[in-house]
Order: sequence, then structure tokens, then C-alpha cells
Amino acid sequence: MATTDTAPTGGEKRRHGRFSLSNGAYRVVLIVGAGIFAALVAWFLYSIVNQARPIFSALGVSWIFQPTWNPNLHKFGLLPFILGTIETTAIAMVLAVPIGLGTALSLAYLVPARVKVVLGSAVELLAAVPSVVYGLWGVVALAPLWREYVEPFLTSVLGWTGLFNGPNEGVGLLLAGTILFIMVLPTMVAISRDVLAVVPREQVEGAMALGATRWQVLRKVVLPDARTGLLGAFTLATGRALGETVAVALVIGNSNYIAHSLKSPAATLPSLIINNFGEASGTELAALFGAGLVLLVIGLGVNSIARVLVRGKTGAAGGATSVAVA
Amino acid sequence: MSVLTFDPSGDPILERRRQIQSIAKASLGRRKAYSAVALGVCWLFLVLAIIPLVAVIVYTFAKGIVAWNATFFTQVTKPEGIPDGGVANALVGTVIIGAVATAVTIPLGLLGGLFLAESDGRVAAGIRFTADLMTGVPSILMGIFGYIALVKAFGYSGLIGAFAIGMIMLPIIMRACETAIRGVPGHLNEAGLALGARRFMIARRVILPAALPGIITGVLLAIARGVGETAPLLFTIFGNQYMQWNPTKPMDALPLVIYNNSSQPYPDLLQIAWGAALLLMAMVLVLSIGSRIVAARLQRERR
Repeated sequence: MATTDTAPTGGEKRRHGRFSLSNGAYRVVLIVGAGIFAALVAWFLYSIVNQARPIFSALGVSWIFQPTWNPNLHKFGLLPFILGTIETTAIAMVLAVPIGLGTALSLAYLVPARVKVVLGSAVELLAAVPSVVYGLWGVVALAPLWREYVEPFLTSVLGWTGLFNGPNEGVGLLLAGTILFIMVLPTMVAISRDVLAVVPREQVEGAMALGATRWQVLRKVVLPDARTGLLGAFTLATGRALGETVAVALVIGNSNYIAHSLKSPAATLPSLIINNFGEASGTELAALFGAGLVLLVIGLGVNSIARVLVRGKTGAAGGATSVAVA
Repeated sequence: MSVLTFDPSGDPILERRRQIQSIAKASLGRRKAYSAVALGVCWLFLVLAIIPLVAVIVYTFAKGIVAWNATFFTQVTKPEGIPDGGVANALVGTVIIGAVATAVTIPLGLLGGLFLAESDGRVAAGIRFTADLMTGVPSILMGIFGYIALVKAFGYSGLIGAFAIGMIMLPIIMRACETAIRGVPGHLNEAGLALGARRFMIARRVILPAALPGIITGVLLAIARGVGETAPLLFTIFGNQYMQWNPTKPMDALPLVIYNNSSQPYPDLLQIAWGAALLLMAMVLVLSIGSRIVAARLQRERR
């Protein structure tokens, strides 16, 4: 190291050579670092695909959409779990999109500066609360509340839709969706707020100078400008909800049948895997790896869309916060 | 000639302006009311969002603090009905697994982040996109990966848990490092080059110190994310009700204790779960808050 601090007096050629050699070595080290990461990802993808292959070669592709999961009868249909994953995520997003958007708008444009700092940090901290804590809270604190109050209330108000048939069980699709909503909310608010904050200030002030009301500014200037990034934030939150495992497994009731009501117990792809992995062997284990592959494909698809949308808006490197909390 | 005479009543532009003003005035009341309602809804949603998030923290604190006694921190987990259980084995497991995962992922993440920050080619773009995707991969898949790739060959162990956790942390650290390094002013880099310093030297003496606040923040946030993960550990460290300091053996971890106990009907096991949840949440919050303080302090020193 000391040799570079004192410039050598002679040997211009040698010095140049060493300089480029050190640059070369530097590049090599960096490429090795990035290469290890790439190799790990390749190993990860290969492992999952390789273990899922037997079930696909034995049963083709159609088994994924069979409606029955019963290892004793050698039936490994994933339809109940794919539906459960979609339904819980849909409940979560129906709640999270309006509430998250309203919260992000408030945080970015409505609350006083000092409150903004406090709430903004709080939101980012909450994004780090482990999911298993949400699961524990859901099964211990929320499930009885849902059984005694929320589900009877929703049944009496919205029972005519047919979505709330059956007994009030507490655990089930509805509670799982609610827990997912609470879990993805901080992430979504943090990213949406970052996206909303980069709307050009001149545009906002220009609209105000034209006499637009505060809501008109938000509705006609801020939201259209941030549209793509917001869509990305929602998609990212969707990806998180799809893949959440332990919190959902604790509150969804874990039933292998297709749910006929929002109050029914159900299961998702991750909760199926986590509940059956320990005892599974043979074809059932292969089917669980297959479920993992399906989950991987869905997760990668949703996340690719989200990343393209978010990146288009917040610059190539992305906001540090957004990356960290996502 | 008529062009020169100024007749305000006949000017179409002024006429249009007057028209717009009158419409704006007529609709002002309606627009203001509409705005008040819409902003009110935004505020309402803000409150609606805060309630459950505060409730989680308050509830966990109230339930968990009761479980915190001397034996909670000194004793190992015990089966239902046996008094004076604790989470010492799980705490040791979480700390060791977190430490191993952090120690391995920091150098890799730094190199990967430097690579991403210093290259703009297609390969770098591909790796950057891959890292972004990997941060969103369902964490249970990392558990399955650890099981397939390593548990089958070597048996359950804390190290494999650290591997699975590290797979989650690595892309986060890489991207955080890249963002931090890209934030270093280019002229510092150029000054180093102009002095004839080698790239290694510039990276070590110029770029990394300047990017340190961002790097530390990213690393601490990645640790916070990593130690809270449950799903990757379930199929890799197996759980262990005895004290185990050796990471090559099956270990226990706080998230595992919470997960296993929360589906139990026994009050004493549930209480342990709440205590562990509070402990885990406290660790994660300290890491997150700590990352902000460190970053803010380093930023201030620099000025």
C-alpha cells in the first residue's frame, strides 16, 4: 500500500503496467463478488426446478389445477391453495390500496413537517416488524374479535352477497387477508410516499397558482404524475402478500378444501408447504416442491412487473428506503 | 385602425378570462367542499392505518413484558407444564445465526454493490434486476433451497439456517451498498485517480468511507429483516430445546419459538411466545433505529 503513496521516480513503463494490473485485479475481485451472487441465484433456481421436476414429469402440468389435495388418495391438486393465495392477497389489496394511498398522500402533502418526520420514520420501522409477530397477534388477539364481532357484523350487513355464509370461526380467509393488509401497509406507504414526494414541485405550485383546491392538486397533478410508481408500489406489496408464510399459516385455519365463504378456513401455497413439509415424503414431497416452483414463478412474475414500474419512476438506483424496506 | 383602439369588452382573450373566472368563482364553494371531504378521507385513512400498527406494538409490549423475568433469559425452552422456562437457547441461536449470516454477507454484498455501482453494462443491469427480484422472492423458498441444497447432504444445522437467512440479506445489502456508493460524488473518485492511486486504494480509502453511512444503514436493515425471518429457518435449523452454541448442530431461534408456541393452547407456552415476540421486536427496532442514528451521526461528522 505504501508504494503507491510515494510516486516512483523511474520505470514509467513498469508503473503503468502495475497500475493497469491493479485495475485488472480490482475488476476481477468485483466480478468474483458479483459472480458468487449470480452463482447462488442460479443454484437456488436449479435446486427448486430440479426437485419439482419429478412431479411434473409424472403428472404433467394439469395437476396444478386439480381441485383435490389428498396425499392418501395420491391426489395433489393445487387449485385450493392457488385460489387461497389469490383470495387472501385480494382481500389485503382491496383494503391496502385505498388506505395506503390515503396515508401516503397525507404523509407526503398534508401533515405538518414535524409530524411527517415522526410518522415517516415510524412507518419505516413498522415495515421491519417480523411477520411471525403479526401472526401471533392475529391468532391470539384478532381471531376472537373477528369471531365475536367483525364476522357477525359483516354477515348481517353484507350477508346478502353470499360471501359470508357459514359459521363465524375467527380464523379463515378474512382474518388472513386482514393480517396481510396490516403487514404490507408500512411497505406500501413508505414506497408510495417516496414516489409521491418526487413529483416536481413546480407542477404542484403551478396548479395551486391557477387556483386549484388542495384536493384538485393531488387528484389532477400529483396522482397522474406518480401513477406508474404507485402501481409499482402496489404490485410490490402484492408480491409480499402472495409469499407471506408464517403469519398466514397461523391465522388462515389451514383447510385443504376450496373455500366457499370469506369466513371459511383455507390455505395458501406457502402455508400448504410449511404445514406439510415436515411429514411429507415421496410424491407428496415432490408435489410440495412443485408448489414451491409455482409460488416462485408467481412471485418472480409479480416482482418483475413491480420493479420495472418502480424503477421507471424513482431512477435507476432507486431510493435507498424503498429498496431496504421492500 | 380598429386594431389600435383598445376595447376591453370586445377582446376575446379577456372575455375568455372573465368567463373562466366566473365559472371558477361559481364552482369554488363546491370545489372547496369536495376538497375538504376528500382530504378528510385521506386523514381518516391515515388514522385507520395507524390504529392496527400501534395496536400490534402496544399489545406485544403489554403481553411480552409480563413474560420477561430472570428465568426467561437464563433458562432454555421447556415443555408445557414445566415451570421456569425461558428462551436462552433460542436467543443464542438467533444471535449466532444472525452473526454468521452477517459476517458472510457483508463482504460479498460490498463487492457486489461495488460491482453494480462501477459498471453500467448489460451484465450489471441483469445482476441488479436479479438482486431486486431476489429481495421479493417468498422467504419460504429460501428455506426449501437450504433444505434441498444442504440439509439433505449435511443434516440440519444452524449454519444452513444462516445460509438461508444470508440469501435473503445478500441482495438487500448489495443494493443498499450500490445506492450508497453511487451517492459518493464523482470528483472524489477522480481526485483519487488524478493522484495516481490504485482502484483498490480509491475504493478502500475514498469510496467506502464516504459511502459508509448508507452502507451501515443498509446492513443493519438487512440484519433486522434477516433475524425476523421464520420460514427459512423451519426447514434448516430444525429447532433444539437444549442450549447449543455449536452452529454446525441443530439450533433454536426466537422466530421458531414464537411460531411453534403460538399454535399451542397452553397459557405458559403462549406467554413464552409473547416474551420472545417482544424480544425479537425490540432487537429489530433497535437495529432499525440504530441504523438511523449511526447514519445521521456519520453524516453530521462529515460536514
